[in-house]
Amino acid sequence: MKFGRKKDLETTIESGENAIANKEVEGLSQGQIVLKRFLRHRAAVISLSAITGILLFVFSSLDMKIGPFHYRGWWKFGVDDLPELRYGDCPNGTVGCPTISLRPKFLGGAGIQLGQHPFGQDDIGRDYFALVMKGTQRSVMVMVVIGLFAATIGTIVGAVAGYFRGTVDNVLMRFTDFIITIPSVVIGSVIGARIGNLGAGVLAVYLGLFAWTGLSRLVRGEFLKLRELEFVDAARVAGASTRRIIFKHILPNAVGVIIVSVTLLLSGAILLETALSYLGFGVVPPDVSLGLLISQYQDAFTTRPWLFWYPGLFIISIALSINFIGDGLRDAFDPRQRRRLTKKDKARAKQISREQAKVEK
Amino acid sequence: MLAYIVRRLGVLGVILFGSSFILYNMAAIAGDPIGELRLSNDPAAKQAIIDLTLRLQLDVPPPLRYFIWLKGVLGIFVGKADFGLTRDNMSVFNEISQAIPITIRLVTTATIVAIVLGIALGITSALRQYTRFDYSMTFFAFLLYSLPIFWVAVLLKQFLAIRFNDFLSHSTVHRNSVLLLSLLSAIFWGSIFSRVRKTFWITFVSAALGTASLLLFMNQLEWYTNPRLGPITVFIFSVGIAFGVTHLSVGLSNRTALYSSLTMAVLALVIYFPIQSLFTAQSTFWQMILLLIVTIAVATGVSFMFSRIDRGPLIRTTILTAFLSASLIIVDKYMRTWQFYLKEDAINYRPVPTIGQVSDLLPQDDYWIRTLDILVHLFLPTIALTLISFAGYTRFSRGTLLEVLNQDYIRTARAKGLTERTVIMRHAFRNTLIPLTTIIVVDFAGIIGGAIITERVFGWYGMGTLFNRAITGQDLNLLMGVFFLTATLSVLANLIADLLYSALDPRIRVGAGK
Repeated sequence: MKFGRKKDLETTIESGENAIANKEVEGLSQGQIVLKRFLRHRAAVISLSAITGILLFVFSSLDMKIGPFHYRGWWKFGVDDLPELRYGDCPNGTVGCPTISLRPKFLGGAGIQLGQHPFGQDDIGRDYFALVMKGTQRSVMVMVVIGLFAATIGTIVGAVAGYFRGTVDNVLMRFTDFIITIPSVVIGSVIGARIGNLGAGVLAVYLGLFAWTGLSRLVRGEFLKLRELEFVDAARVAGASTRRIIFKHILPNAVGVIIVSVTLLLSGAILLETALSYLGFGVVPPDVSLGLLISQYQDAFTTRPWLFWYPGLFIISIALSINFIGDGLRDAFDPRQRRRLTKKDKARAKQISREQAKVEK
Repeated sequence: MLAYIVRRLGVLGVILFGSSFILYNMAAIAGDPIGELRLSNDPAAKQAIIDLTLRLQLDVPPPLRYFIWLKGVLGIFVGKADFGLTRDNMSVFNEISQAIPITIRLVTTATIVAIVLGIALGITSALRQYTRFDYSMTFFAFLLYSLPIFWVAVLLKQFLAIRFNDFLSHSTVHRNSVLLLSLLSAIFWGSIFSRVRKTFWITFVSAALGTASLLLFMNQLEWYTNPRLGPITVFIFSVGIAFGVTHLSVGLSNRTALYSSLTMAVLALVIYFPIQSLFTAQSTFWQMILLLIVTIAVATGVSFMFSRIDRGPLIRTTILTAFLSASLIIVDKYMRTWQFYLKEDAINYRPVPTIGQVSDLLPQDDYWIRTLDILVHLFLPTIALTLISFAGYTRFSRGTLLEVLNQDYIRTARAKGLTERTVIMRHAFRNTLIPLTTIIVVDFAGIIGGAIITERVFGWYGMGTLFNRAITGQDLNLLMGVFFLTATLSVLANLIADLLYSALDPRIRVGAGK
């Protein structure tokens, strides 16, 4: 009988847990629920603040010209400046080593400071910090442009194919299929080998034009599912136009899937850009990008490892943060997802279920 | 069903036609094969331009030239495919058929390791959902997702290859490293095998002590320059494998299966010495295959003798044990080849290469040294590729298993009173494998053309290098040859995946309705 009683308790606790979950979302809109769930995902919140910090830091550091405005960055060197190469006090007789120091004075270090060239200098003396900042700006820009184009095209193609079905669907999906058969590195290289000379922006647009296929399949699946639901029928009976049904009724329900896969697409995009630049088919000199920096200085690793560490560090931290944000968003948008209950919650769940049991008696 | 396959193949043909047409024209517009020659003032350049134009038919506009190319490719159906010529007047077909085996050699091991390891860790972390182990696996997977492979490759070259070669020159693990490694293994095993605090500490301490004593023992034996297992260790491992495999597949309570597997372990000990005489310098790859077949045959025979009813699972268990024990003997042979390999002049005690696919200077007369050389060259690229791809499998198998565990039939299985092992291995794990099979099929096709960056970093001459050459040299026929092969493989793999899915999952019927 012991077993049966334990099961009983478990079911009542489960109903108590449900009660907690329900109580938590009482009177909240969908957006508020998602926000609340997202804020509970600790890794995602940390990543979000990390990436905001990184982006602010990177984009404010260098001089920028936006139309008539001229923004002055807080960092003293630009990409084109040629300060004198630092000799002496470098390990193994190398030149231009980094001056950044993270070890405080009381631990025997030089104190926490940036110094003249925090990330060191390259072969001809350019400030490597400025180069890495510039490279990150380029890579992030390419990533965002790819993401924007892929998200727009993918959503439109998927939505149209899923909503109208039939011939439209067949044509669009076969089109998607043959874009998929061309691997992204191949398409990127072919485009990059020529377009690379035209600048990073054009390259990003072209890459974006080929990166939407996975998203469009997902969105199509979502639309196929949602268009059969009752509320869509209700809207149609009420005389809503096709455009209204797609944009007002179905799209808001599919937005979770879209946002999550676009986030993951972004982290793929930054890796694609760096890989292409590494192969020499992406961003080309005199422009700078993170992949290009790594490719240019990989042979220097044994003697001057800092030329290799810092660009890689920025790629990884950006891609990693985006991946975690994507994970947090997926959890937030998934209604089946329930958070793991703490001991305190479990105690409260027991309490609630006991109260319910009393009421039922 | 047949009508469905035919229809799909038709669609695939159209897709391949469309994408190759687009790529051909795009590549033709993007890269001018004689662009560089035009700028040159060298009188020979003029002749080269004329030659190239004639040979590659550059005077025909790209959309039309595509059909000339297509006609050659379609020759595949009448037995004489013509993929055209490269810039250097070589047959594209020959170039590709030389590159494929190298690419396959490069990616097969990595993919298999990634799949096995990824699924194992994914399943474990799903079964330990919301534990520290699960969280750290998640973090680890995301970290691996975010790593650029060229960056990892350079790190591996520096820290694994060069450091390991340095390490071999004095070949003892330092005291601090012993401590660190023991701690790591203790944390790893402790977090896998424990649900409650007490068992955690027991596993923790025993794993730490085990690792530390093993490392110290290996130091004493100078194991790193002269590794070997020996018959006793092979036997002990085989017994362990027999118990482990039986436990996972049919459960230790199935005595017949256990005895049958243990017989395999005993057999491994018995044949250990006789089989060494078969391993000579003149051994060939086919002999190894033959040995494998014999092993499987013997395992099948033995398990038939043991079993009366329900033969299937028992035979599978025995064959798996036999296969793993036989692999141990092979591994042992390779380990004992290691010291001779180190002594070779071409190696000179710095075995792990950072670049290349074989050591050119190595004498080719000994089968074991030759193949060990290939294995050693595979070491770094395999690790790099595995690291990059295994995170995907971990996440995917974890997600799928969690989904499956929520199904009603799992609850039913539990309610019937089946043991947890049966529920997980028979009911949940098998259903997890269904979606996994389909992505594995597609991945296998994808990697044939996929290792472009890895090949470049590690200096291999496979499909990726061909592709690289085609892009940088504006070599249209070569590019199209590589693309045609990879694209065909990938669409075929997608078709196979769909068919497999419907074969494995009775709820899905292909071709039903429209």
